[in-house]
Amino acid sequence: MTVLLNTVLILTGLGIFAAAIIYLVSQKFQVVEDERIGAVENVLPNTNCGGCGQPGCKAFAKAVVDAESLKELHCPVGGNAVMKQVAEILGIAAVERDPYIAVVRCSGSFEHRKKTSIYDGAESCKIAATLYSGDTGCAYGCLGMGDCVDVCDFEAMYMDEKTGLPVVIEDNCTACNACVKECPKNILELWPKGKKNKRIFVACLNEEKGSTARKECAVACSGCAKCFEACRYDAITINNSLAAIDPEKCTLCLECVETCDVRNIITANVPDEKIKHATDHRIRLEERARKKKEEEKLAAQAAQQQNGDATKQA
Amino acid sequence: MAMRLNKHKTFKTGGIHPHDNKLSAQVAITPLSLPKMVTIPIIQHIGAPAKIVVQRGDIVKTGQILATHEGFVSSNIHSSVSGRIGVIEEVMDSTGFKHTAVNIRVKGDDWEEAIDRTDTLVEEIKFSPKEIVSRIMEAGVVGMGGAAFPSHVKLSVPEGKHIDHLLINGVECEPYLTADHRVMLEKPKEIIVGIKILMKALGVQKAIIGIEDNKADAIEIFQQLLKNEKHIGVEALEVHYPQGGEKQLIQALLNREVPSGGLPADVGVIVHNVGTTYAVYEAVQKNKPLIERVVTVTGKSVKQPSNFLVRIGTPVIDLLIAAGGVPEDTGKIVSGGPMMGKAIADLDVPIAKGTSGILLIPKDEASRSEVYNCVHCGKCIEACPMGLEPYRLLIMSKKGNNKRAKEEHILDCIECGSCSFVCPSNRPILDYIRLGKTQLKKQKSV
Amino acid sequence: MSAGLLTVSPSPHIHTDLTVPQIMRGVIIAMIPALVFSVYNFGLGAVYVTLLAILFCVVIEYSIARYLLKRPASIYDGSAVITGMLLAFNVPTNLPWHIILIGSAVAIGIGKMSFGGLGNNPFNPALVGRVFLLLSFPVEMTSWPKAGATWSLDATTSATPLGILKDGLRAGDTVPELMNQMPSYADFFFGLQGGSLGEMSAFAILLGLIYMLYRKIITWHIPVSMLITIALMTGIFWLVDPTRFANPLFHLLTGGVMLGAVFMATDYVTSPFTHRGMIVFGVGIGVLTVVIRLFGSYPEGVSFAILIMNAFVPIINSYAKQPRYGSKSQRHKAYQEKLEKELTSTK
Repeated sequence: MTVLLNTVLILTGLGIFAAAIIYLVSQKFQVVEDERIGAVENVLPNTNCGGCGQPGCKAFAKAVVDAESLKELHCPVGGNAVMKQVAEILGIAAVERDPYIAVVRCSGSFEHRKKTSIYDGAESCKIAATLYSGDTGCAYGCLGMGDCVDVCDFEAMYMDEKTGLPVVIEDNCTACNACVKECPKNILELWPKGKKNKRIFVACLNEEKGSTARKECAVACSGCAKCFEACRYDAITINNSLAAIDPEKCTLCLECVETCDVRNIITANVPDEKIKHATDHRIRLEERARKKKEEEKLAAQAAQQQNGDATKQA
Repeated sequence: MAMRLNKHKTFKTGGIHPHDNKLSAQVAITPLSLPKMVTIPIIQHIGAPAKIVVQRGDIVKTGQILATHEGFVSSNIHSSVSGRIGVIEEVMDSTGFKHTAVNIRVKGDDWEEAIDRTDTLVEEIKFSPKEIVSRIMEAGVVGMGGAAFPSHVKLSVPEGKHIDHLLINGVECEPYLTADHRVMLEKPKEIIVGIKILMKALGVQKAIIGIEDNKADAIEIFQQLLKNEKHIGVEALEVHYPQGGEKQLIQALLNREVPSGGLPADVGVIVHNVGTTYAVYEAVQKNKPLIERVVTVTGKSVKQPSNFLVRIGTPVIDLLIAAGGVPEDTGKIVSGGPMMGKAIADLDVPIAKGTSGILLIPKDEASRSEVYNCVHCGKCIEACPMGLEPYRLLIMSKKGNNKRAKEEHILDCIECGSCSFVCPSNRPILDYIRLGKTQLKKQKSV
Repeated sequence: MSAGLLTVSPSPHIHTDLTVPQIMRGVIIAMIPALVFSVYNFGLGAVYVTLLAILFCVVIEYSIARYLLKRPASIYDGSAVITGMLLAFNVPTNLPWHIILIGSAVAIGIGKMSFGGLGNNPFNPALVGRVFLLLSFPVEMTSWPKAGATWSLDATTSATPLGILKDGLRAGDTVPELMNQMPSYADFFFGLQGGSLGEMSAFAILLGLIYMLYRKIITWHIPVSMLITIALMTGIFWLVDPTRFANPLFHLLTGGVMLGAVFMATDYVTSPFTHRGMIVFGVGIGVLTVVIRLFGSYPEGVSFAILIMNAFVPIINSYAKQPRYGSKSQRHKAYQEKLEKELTSTK
């Protein structure tokens, strides 16, 4: 009986002693933290993807609490909805941002881009990119080993086995920028998601001369400038024989899409009829412009003739 | 830990013993017939690309300057043939990337008059050290062991550094390659004059030629010729890869260690390759720029493994045809040796100043085998000549933890490939270490 | 030119022939002499136990990899076969099948796969299985069939020399008296003694060692340092009091010393990286073995010694490193001064 009693007493005593120590230590080393940091952290997605530029969600929460406005800080994963909540917690104005999405700026699939060698190093695009310009003729194209897929935290990418190119799953992509940073060839790019998710971009980065580029890849942008001429909003520029669309100037009129002879201007979530419609519209406009030009020419000729007649008469 | 009776010097840490396969060791150097067309990249060296001074359509003579060095760490590029300049365009070279190159359509072989093309040995050195360095610089001489570092930069010792030893690297530890071996056998007197020139330029009293003991004939020749020389010695070295690494050679011959991140000059040593020494002789005594070099063409199924004297810019395919054609079973073509060379995908790649060999690897040896888990055998650690822990550097680099890898001295790695060679699990150790190094260097430059 | 695309990969472009499957095959070949001797001594029981253990190990590894971890089966590298063989080598030949099954399950399941498979296990899997069996089934694990007497599966049992020694000493006999009851040293050397399946014949195991050294699968460091340590330590005790302690030769030739030194301690995964570390490791095993044998309650201590030293491998690795090239100038003042002198003397 005494054994039992002793045991109970000793254990209780130990318990109280330990509790006292824990209490004292916790008092001594208590860290006072802004409560709002915890509150903000709770509404954040807590994926710690680093897409905001901070090392993790906690760091982002701290940065947000310390910041005076939300202009510089944005959680791409949570988007405007989360940022609104954050703004409410902090009592400052929310700043709306257009959502972004990663796009693949290469369309050189297996059938278009012939292999020129067999790569046999470690299965990593980054290593292949430091070794040589790639296992196809195109030194700008996708290397196809899926570093971007490996780095994606949101299962928003996969490698298409038929084309050898990565595919972004629209609903999962949070524009966290991880794949963009990972790609050694800079093929992935963040692009405004666009109204009703409609987007349009040039899926090629080949800066070689047109003839060389086409030799390397059947669907390379040759810098033919047909799309440039078709654009009425100055949204397309041609640099180093490569066309690029400025998403801010682009009005999604879609008139350039069919001018590309290799259909390298990629559209997302746009029905075919619309493109056809836009193309018809462009053709009509061009027709009209041509007619106008012809008329002007005729008029000019007529005027000249009249002038000539006049001088003759004189 | 092979115990040998006549134990020669070697470096202390790590190293491996691959089969040396010197198939072309007994084949004399033969000049390759002139190609129809040469492609001369304007960057064949470490440093800034040279600046082109010719135009399309110009007629050039052999040895005429094509591009001048841009800045100090750069090198002149000369025409290796006479003929008409064709297009100047981006061309795939042996680095695996496209670089600007000058195409020249060959017509005749009309040399610059100032070049002495005779075989007579000019022993008297009538130039001052400064003149020697400037002649070497003008001739565009670069390290011919593979790295192609401009030689005049090596000869310009920084202030405050005192050099007491010149080491001549005749090790050629890469399996298969025999270019340096043949140069040593056929041009030993010229090499000795070259060494004297380098000694004069550096103002050193002592030079040692290090040669691996699988080249007994070369060691013997030099011992004969240097019998009465007090200041130049020959040292036989154990066959032990990477004996020819600059840092390993210094350790083997002088028992000095270049500090991490330092240069050989920090321990009073300058190392030059025998091929470079010969080029220095030609540049200083014969006024001949670096426009041709000895290239070994070899491989297990090559019909006639050979050593060719090749004009810079000759396409690889010309060499292969001269060596009996491309064997049917070729799976990989390497520019350089099997341990450190670069695989090339294209047979029109031009021979550059740093190309020491063309190695053809049969299909069944061309691809890597299946990768297994790391079994922690420690073979990579035992093999690393720099005393690093390659298996850990692989993990760090794979995870992108470059900061940690730097603390573990990843930048000390000399990329000799010993770790990948010995790994029983076929892990791509060097691939990832190289990636980590590249990323760290990029960070540094940003 | 020849047809087909060229392969491009980073250097090096040549590779050693000694790859994991090759090494595993080499180890299996090296174990065959010991198995043959075992069959000669114990009859078909040896084959039966070995095959069962291999079968169980391979099946268990395959099932765990395939159905539990859902990844490609890793049995083709041959490491599971070796684990099975080593486990069998460490048990008596008359062990019932269900105990072998339990041993295999513990060896592969707990000893290896729970850590992530080949290369990640801190302890030698076969020894984990063996020690588990020894503690769970002490009777079955220590009743050995008589050597050289039988070709049938149900044999009479005999004790091991070490067991005789331990029991005898406990009973108050002296070593020279006990030695008279035992077989000759030649019998020990060729394996005519009681014991586990693969551990009796020092000769057969040495054949395996020579083969593995020749193929450069292992280096001499672990076995030699371990055997020398055991010989030295037991030698000292023997010289102090020959009536209480057996001589070094007896200790080297009996029990699992040879098997442990050659096949168990040299396991890549659970031994240190560098040659220096290997020597420390071997010495540690030797010391622990002798301590357990002479002063512990178990007659044999090799398995425990190896397992204990396995736990020290990470710490050995972090101290016994290769000297880094270029660190000499930081480590040795004398070197620095010498260099300074050499450089200034020629100025």
